[in-house]
Amino acid sequence: MALPKYASPLEKAWHYAYLVICAAIFFFLIVPIVVVIPLSFNAEPYFTFTSKMLSFDPSGYSMRWYDSLLTFGMQQPDAPRGLSWWADVWHNAKWVQATKSSIIIGFFSTVVATVLGTLAALGLSRPEMPYRRIIMAMLISPMIVPIIITATGMFFFYSNPCEPLTWIGLNPSCGKLAGTYLGVILAHATLGIPFVIITVTATLIGFDQSLARAAASLGANPRTTFFRIIMPLILPGVISGALFAFVTSFDEVVAVLFIAGPDQQTIPRQMWNGIREQISPAILAVATLLVIFSIALLTTVEMLRRRSERLRGITPH
Amino acid sequence: MKTMLILTTALCGLAVSAQAQNKEVNVVSWGGAYEKSQVEAYNIPFTAKTGIKVNMMAADNPATPLKAQVEAKNITGDVFDIEVSDAIRMCDEGALVQIDPATLPAAPDGTPAKDDFIPGALQDCAVANIFWGTVIAFDKTKFADNPPKTAADFFDTAKFPGKRGLPKNPKRTLYLALIADGVAPDQIYETLSTPEGVDRAFKKLDTIKKDVVWWEAGAQPVQLLADGEVTMATGYNGRFFDAMVAEGKPFEIIWDGQYMDMDMFAIPKGSPNPEAAMEYLKFATDTQQLANQAKWIAYGPSRKSSAALVGKYQDGKTDMGPHMPTNAEHMTTAVMDDPEFWADHSAELSERFNSWLAAG
Amino acid sequence: MANALDPHAAIVIEAGGLDQGGTLKTADGQPLTRALARSSRRARRRAFLLVLPLLLFILITFVVPIGQMLQRSVKNDGFSANMPQLSAWFHDHPRGTEPDDAAWAALAADLTASAEARNIGVVGTRINYDMPGTRSLFTAAGRKARGGIAPPYRDAILAMDKKWGDPKLWAVMREAASPYTANFYLAAIDRSRDETGKIVQAPPEQRVYLMLFMRTFWLSLVITCTTFLLGFPIAHLLATLPMRKSNLLMILVLLPFWTSLLVRTTAWMVLLQQQGVVNDVLVWLGIISDSGRLQMIYNQTGTIIAMTHILLPFMILPLYSVMRTINPSYVRAARSLGASSWTAFRRIYFPQTLPGLGAGALLVFILAVGYYITPALVGGSSGQLISNMIAMHMTQTLNWSMAAALAALLLGGVLLLYWVYDRLVGIDNLKLG
Repeated sequence: MALPKYASPLEKAWHYAYLVICAAIFFFLIVPIVVVIPLSFNAEPYFTFTSKMLSFDPSGYSMRWYDSLLTFGMQQPDAPRGLSWWADVWHNAKWVQATKSSIIIGFFSTVVATVLGTLAALGLSRPEMPYRRIIMAMLISPMIVPIIITATGMFFFYSNPCEPLTWIGLNPSCGKLAGTYLGVILAHATLGIPFVIITVTATLIGFDQSLARAAASLGANPRTTFFRIIMPLILPGVISGALFAFVTSFDEVVAVLFIAGPDQQTIPRQMWNGIREQISPAILAVATLLVIFSIALLTTVEMLRRRSERLRGITPH
Repeated sequence: MKTMLILTTALCGLAVSAQAQNKEVNVVSWGGAYEKSQVEAYNIPFTAKTGIKVNMMAADNPATPLKAQVEAKNITGDVFDIEVSDAIRMCDEGALVQIDPATLPAAPDGTPAKDDFIPGALQDCAVANIFWGTVIAFDKTKFADNPPKTAADFFDTAKFPGKRGLPKNPKRTLYLALIADGVAPDQIYETLSTPEGVDRAFKKLDTIKKDVVWWEAGAQPVQLLADGEVTMATGYNGRFFDAMVAEGKPFEIIWDGQYMDMDMFAIPKGSPNPEAAMEYLKFATDTQQLANQAKWIAYGPSRKSSAALVGKYQDGKTDMGPHMPTNAEHMTTAVMDDPEFWADHSAELSERFNSWLAAG
Repeated sequence: MANALDPHAAIVIEAGGLDQGGTLKTADGQPLTRALARSSRRARRRAFLLVLPLLLFILITFVVPIGQMLQRSVKNDGFSANMPQLSAWFHDHPRGTEPDDAAWAALAADLTASAEARNIGVVGTRINYDMPGTRSLFTAAGRKARGGIAPPYRDAILAMDKKWGDPKLWAVMREAASPYTANFYLAAIDRSRDETGKIVQAPPEQRVYLMLFMRTFWLSLVITCTTFLLGFPIAHLLATLPMRKSNLLMILVLLPFWTSLLVRTTAWMVLLQQQGVVNDVLVWLGIISDSGRLQMIYNQTGTIIAMTHILLPFMILPLYSVMRTINPSYVRAARSLGASSWTAFRRIYFPQTLPGLGAGALLVFILAVGYYITPALVGGSSGQLISNMIAMHMTQTLNWSMAAALAALLLGGVLLLYWVYDRLVGIDNLKLG
């Protein structure tokens, strides 16, 4: 990015102006994420920096909004903080319940998406795969189709999963998936699958098929070949795909709004309520925790990507 | 692989434990300060007495998810807190469980429930818990020397500058436009029944359309006023009360042209926990519970026997009487809800309203 | 070419040889072409079997539900299922027949039965979709018909309300007598049918959908442009910096990408509201007065700012990966041949970034067209997009057929763009960080 020696003064000026513009854009990108963090420690129920906060007066800051994440929804929030208080938190606090739901749904939908998605990616990256283009397009489409359309479709289907069977003349009766953990897990798995496919097929692009052949010629059966040769090589891609799928589920609110029942109130659902109801700094406390969570995820993914590039012999230029 | 297995087992355990408490009832209400009053007055004593866990869900207007759940035959809520017009309409459509007034608890002095409830508070399929008003509130700091006093002032942005907060539905906007345009409170429905009357209301709304911030959830107008996003807003009187008394916000309520309605508990047919739902409904509409709710929010109880028990706000010093929508002084220019009118016309007027809104 | 590389094929070629006739044979004496074909069939099948579980999964949890939802856009049996006798009469009598005594008798019988069965509201709602203002006609008639309607039916029903004689009403009922209708699609493009069945424009106060489609298209275009304007310099900087520095700066792009959508939207609410951080800073700097705070949220501005921020990484990443591959010596060559830096950029560098630009712009546009959450939270009424209208019909007015028709049109548009994307960019080239 260094300026060539023959640059004219005008070009130099433009070059520095350009750097300033870039800095401003980076500022635009990052400032919304950074600004919520100090505000979540606001001692006042406001969204703006109070004068006390700006003068770094400790009394302008507090942990009260983090505390409210535990106490909100509790039966006896004012009881002494012993074992029974924590039991109350564990069973009744709304944000804790939401976290439990989010983790359960996120974990199982990730498992479903990763297993199915990895298998499919292996098939899709074989050169023999028939109708590759159209199938790939279909499997990626949950990422492209507007979420409101997906969610409304799921709303009808999950309320009565047997209805499509009536089109072919059958008339069975079956339970419903809406309002169950299974329903939300399946929905989120569907939404996470494109990410797994994209990341795993990207890893497989550099994959040397002759390695698998070499293993086979040395007497390994397909299972051994898969677990000993293919899996270690594509693992970074699988894990980052899984993380993408998990984040998709962890951040998803529209499908939850349409198909979840009272037991599946996830963190985003709770946030949606909070934002529309009353944007107190408690929402910012949640936001701060989520930002920390995404920093951790991003670090993991970056490390995996580099490891993968190293393993596949792609050196950074 | 092993850690994966352990994780899976642990999560399965979590999933099971999350569903283990099977005695529960799902109540869908309006969120915010109103939800808090119900949690304090109904839910906590109910769980203490029966051991049944109450899951409170918030909706902008619980009738909306109720209708959607009934239509999709996928009912997840047990008790819904809805307006009278919705209760009548859904009862007419056969979606709600009939409630026999004889099974409701009698007043402490032995008056049977059907005589103890205020007329209209008992419907075939629903039991009222509160009377509440939709009122105008303004930020006192913005109009220090010349505060607005009437519904017409709400529409006068020249004299009272600033944005306005209005609910995103026809029921609580059209009447206000007509009142501000000089229609008498008892002529509202007659006017709204004619196309010219509807046009007149929309024309009045047009005059402030560009200055309106629309809200959907009951807590939003309070928030908009507190944030200085608007200078005047209409909202539910209990929410403004909560902001003024509990949080000390500098708001004032204009009672002129308040819109008075009842909220009712109803149970849809096919709800997941019908027995617990009925138990909750009976418990919550008991004399003492209704009176307790008024300790937390300024809404009038629907039982005559409760009214006598209403005294002070939970802080122990604020008299509730002057804050109640049912206070005689506040009733002079009040528009009473007409459930039949809305049961018939809400679909049409909503459509017109939404088109009007989307168009700009 | 692919088949020749197949391991099985490779083995048979070695094991086989030329037979006397000159055709290639495998070791067990089969013609080589057939063996090759079989082996490639087997490989194809194996690849397909790997994909099959997911394909079925997506079919069941995604394609079928959307198909089932779209079916509602042409099917609504709210009237035909609950008014069977009148529907049968319409079926037997062609368009243009004046309602006779049998028709009025059928109407009376159906109204009574429907009122008893408590589904008259459903019937009224269905008719109300095509003729606003008629739901109350049915519910009121239902209440009066509970005890039964006495003949002569025509006079009895007209005595309830004169509107029952309106030929438009009968035309609409005739339409609704068939469960299948294209009227919801007509309504979705602001059209309706008059008494004679001719397609006419809807009255002005009901024309909203075309305007909303236009607004969605226009706002998506604006957002695509703003993401380009902001994304291009950033991508260029990242692509030309040394790897170590650019990796560090890349985190600033990827962090928003990994951060919860709701967190980012909330953050913009905090920043943009009237008492928010941006207004506070502007007042503090003296750029605006305290009473002249800017309205930047709950309108189109809010939608554009927040969505630009949210979609920016989708523009930067494809641009960056294309710019990385551009050889800087081309630009240097142009400069050495006397081009000014602007000319070199315009004629040499920029054309080479077009594949990345196309990929990014298409992706951003596709995602923007279907956006729901952000406009719902920060858009006010002027920043609502077509997705929000679909959500409103789904959850509030419960006009699910209308929601489905709007969804079908939106889906058609998105799929078209997706097809273009696949043609121009290729789905394989979709990258995530």
